[in-house]
Parts: sequence; C-alpha cells; structure tokens
Amino acid sequence: MSNMTTSLYNIRLLDELAEKKTIIHNIHPLIKVLTTVLYLIIIVSFNKYELSELLPLIFYPIIVIALADLPLMILLKRMLIAFPLLIGIGLFNPLFDRSTMVELPWMQLSGGWVSFLSILLKGVLTILAALVLIATTGITRIAAVLGMLRVPRIFILQLLLTYRYISVLVEEVGRTVRAYALRSRREKGISFSDWGPLIGHLLLRTIERAQRVYHSMCCRGFTGAYHTGSVSRVRTGDVFYFAGWGIYFMVVRFINIPATLGSLITGVVR
Amino acid sequence: MSHHIVLVNNLKYMYPDGWQALNGVNFEILHGESVGIVGANGAGKSTLLMHLVGVLFPNEGEIRVGEVPVIKKTLPLIRQSVGMVFQDPDDQLFMTTVYDDVAFGPRNYKLPEEEVEKRVRSALETVGIIHLINRPPYKLSGGEKRAAAIATVLAMQPDILVMDEPSTALDPKSRRRLIALLRRFTHTKIIASHDLDMVLELCERTIILQKGKVIIDGPTGKILADEVLMEKCGLEMPLGLQGCPVCGAKKLYKR
Repeated sequence: MSNMTTSLYNIRLLDELAEKKTIIHNIHPLIKVLTTVLYLIIIVSFNKYELSELLPLIFYPIIVIALADLPLMILLKRMLIAFPLLIGIGLFNPLFDRSTMVELPWMQLSGGWVSFLSILLKGVLTILAALVLIATTGITRIAAVLGMLRVPRIFILQLLLTYRYISVLVEEVGRTVRAYALRSRREKGISFSDWGPLIGHLLLRTIERAQRVYHSMCCRGFTGAYHTGSVSRVRTGDVFYFAGWGIYFMVVRFINIPATLGSLITGVVR
Repeated sequence: MSHHIVLVNNLKYMYPDGWQALNGVNFEILHGESVGIVGANGAGKSTLLMHLVGVLFPNEGEIRVGEVPVIKKTLPLIRQSVGMVFQDPDDQLFMTTVYDDVAFGPRNYKLPEEEVEKRVRSALETVGIIHLINRPPYKLSGGEKRAAAIATVLAMQPDILVMDEPSTALDPKSRRRLIALLRRFTHTKIIASHDLDMVLELCERTIILQKGKVIIDGPTGKILADEVLMEKCGLEMPLGLQGCPVCGAKKLYKR
C-alpha cells in the first residue's frame, strides 16, 4: 500500500521540482528543450564502439542537476526502471562479438562488452537528460514549447493527457488495492485468480473518472487544444546557455577528450 | 436580464442501460434566483445538472439558457454563461498548480495572459485562497480544494452557477465558510444537495425531485418545513427546523 502512495508521490515530485526557482529553472523552456534535443542527437551520433568519447557528456546532467538543486538519488532511482530494457537490448552483444577491442593491463575487453557498456551509458545519459528536462521545466511548459516548435497539436495533447492520467490511474489503483488488502487474508500481493476482476474493475473505474475529468474540462471551454499560457521571451543569458552547451557538445563530438588528455598526461610523464 | 433565465421544458432522459433518470421535468429559473434542487438518491438531481451544462442531452424536451437552446452547436456559448462545480473537486483540479487550474477556462477562451492573470487573482481572492495560488491542487485540504474548484468556475465569469453537492466531505467550519461565500454571490445559483440546512440558508426557492419528476417547486421555508411532504419524498426536515433533541424547543433556525 505504502508503495502505491510512494509511487503517486514520486509521479508528482517531478512537477513539484519543476516549480523551484534556480538558475536552471529560470532558463527559457525553449532553450532547455533545444539543449536537450541537441544533447540527445550528439549521444546517438556516436557509434557503438565509441565508449570513451561518450564519457565527457556525463558532465551535462551532473552540472545541471547540481545547479538546479535536484535530488540525485530520486532521479537515479527512476532511471533504474529503464535498466532491464537497456540490459535486454545489449545482453547478447558480449556473446556474439568476441573480438578483443581494448587491452588493459589487467584484462581484455571484447568489442561486445564495449558496445554493451556504450548502450548502457547512452541509455543512462539520455534518460537522465529527459528527467532533468522535466524536473527543471515542467510538462506544461515543455508542451508550450512544443507548440511553439509547431509540433502537431494532437501529439502535444496526447503527451499532456497521458501524463495527467498516470496519476488518475495510480490513484484508482491505490484505492482498489487498499480495499482488496483490507478484505483479503493474504499478507501481501494479489492472488492470481483475482487479477482479472480487479483489472477489469480498475479499467472501468479509470474510464469513468477520466470521463468526469474530461467533462469538467469541457465545461470550462476545452475543445481539444490545451492552452498552457504564454511563455516569456528568450533573453541573452538563455542564448549564452545554449551556445555554451552547444560548443561543449560539439567539442566532445569531434575531439576525443579522454584520449587527448590521456596522451597528454602520458606524454608529460614520459 | 432575460438572457439569464433557465428554462427546462418537459425534460426526459434515459441512460443507455434503460434507467429513466428524468421523466418530464419542467421549471423556470429567473435571473439572480437561488434555487435548491433536492431529492433522495437516484431522484435525478445530478443528471439534471449535467443537462444544464450540456454534458448530457435530453431524449425529449428542451433546455434554454436565455434565448439559447442547449444543443451541441451552442455549447461554447452556454458554457461561458453556465459554470458548473462538480461533486468531487478532484475531478475539476487536474493541473500542476492552482493558478494553472483556475487559468484553464479563461485560456481556453483565448483571453490575453494579462487578463487571465487578473481573472485568476480575482477569483482566488473571492474564494479566499489567493495565498495558495502556486500550490499543487492535490496538496490542498478538502475545503481548500472546494474553494479552488469554485474559483476555476468563477474565473470564467459565468452568469449562472450550478453546483452539485458543494458541501459534501467538508468539515463544519469549511462548510460554514462555503455558505458565507456562496451567500455573497449575486449569480443565479442552482444547488443540488442533500444538505438541507444549507439549502435552507442559501436558497429562497426549492425544487424537489422524485423518480425524475418535479414533485413540488416553491419557497424553501415552506417546502422544507412540510414534514409530511418531506417524508413522502424520502427526505427529512432540515435539522434547523426540527425540535431541539434536548429541551424539545421548536425551530432552532431563524432565517
């Protein structure tokens, strides 16, 4: 039960974090969305064996999380949800690709392992970037920016309503499971035979609730467009923020910083 | 001000499962009137209110708000002049902050953001929760949520306020505050409720529904004090009109 309440709290936590007032939160939403998109493009542009090249990109989420005063552990926990998927995607790489690629003094790394680690790192960085964007901007402001970028209205609406209905669904699940737990003799979990009726019941209740929310939206003039209010103008500081990160990403993309640093240090040592 | 008249003419509605919720309802509500709609569970109160804002459409009969019939085509117009406060405020509050929730309606009518902000602040000041403007709605107490839900409707500046069970789940103090708040409104008010004491305090006119029909329509004080009639309709006299359970003194309530 407490798990359900905690999940609900967690879902809303990102919204609450987005209302903070830090240097990162004050940056124009459009700039943050564009920076994130650029970051994602740069990450996926690396090929599967370019692991060391990816490493400097870790600094982007770390710096933003620190400046925006976001709770790192909570973001990391959320990221863990996607981990099984990432592992599933890269699982067979070490098995099929056995040619040695990296030789370290104490071990040899095959190409499969390098590509597996690169998939994991790419996954972690992209998810973290998306979480950081939501936690510093808020879903409604992101939607407003998508509108500015001429993203079709139907997609924006889909995004916003899905996001809203998650909490509606979790609330209903919480109530149903609580009612079940109070009348069942099981200490935890739901008996397999009860899953069918519970899920069916839940679906009907959620549809009903969603319909009531929809009616109340219609009564206030909702006709399919989700107006999120006007967004302030882009300031010079915002442009510098974008330019700064843009330059950094480009440098990381075209110069292998860890290798350069490594050869520099080994050169000095010699 | 004929445009604020609500006319309900021979309204009939059957739910898809065959339940005849409304069975020929007739009444007329004039501008500025405050009307209580009462009746036992399943009498058709909520169904009736849903028709007033065009969430449901009748199988037979018609509703007019002023000169305008409530049909699909006229809904934007109707919903601008009729504001509905739902039974569960959680259904009405779905944005991340109270501000965004109250601004939802005015923004849908594409008002400039300065005007939206003015309306939001004015609505929140009216209901006395301007200090909660940036709070997430799900963190409010029951009374605050109710006030916020009313503010979401007030920001639309409706002429007619329709409320479904506005005092349910409120503690006595919040209920008292709500009554004081509603008493200040000069809108036409249509309030469906089981809280007969509140109806007695707020509404000069009462309509009793039973099995989808109007049983009686008249002055609240007279109708709610009629013990036999109330019994017949599956209701009870308001506590304020019943004798004191301790000393037996009659009529605690004075209007």
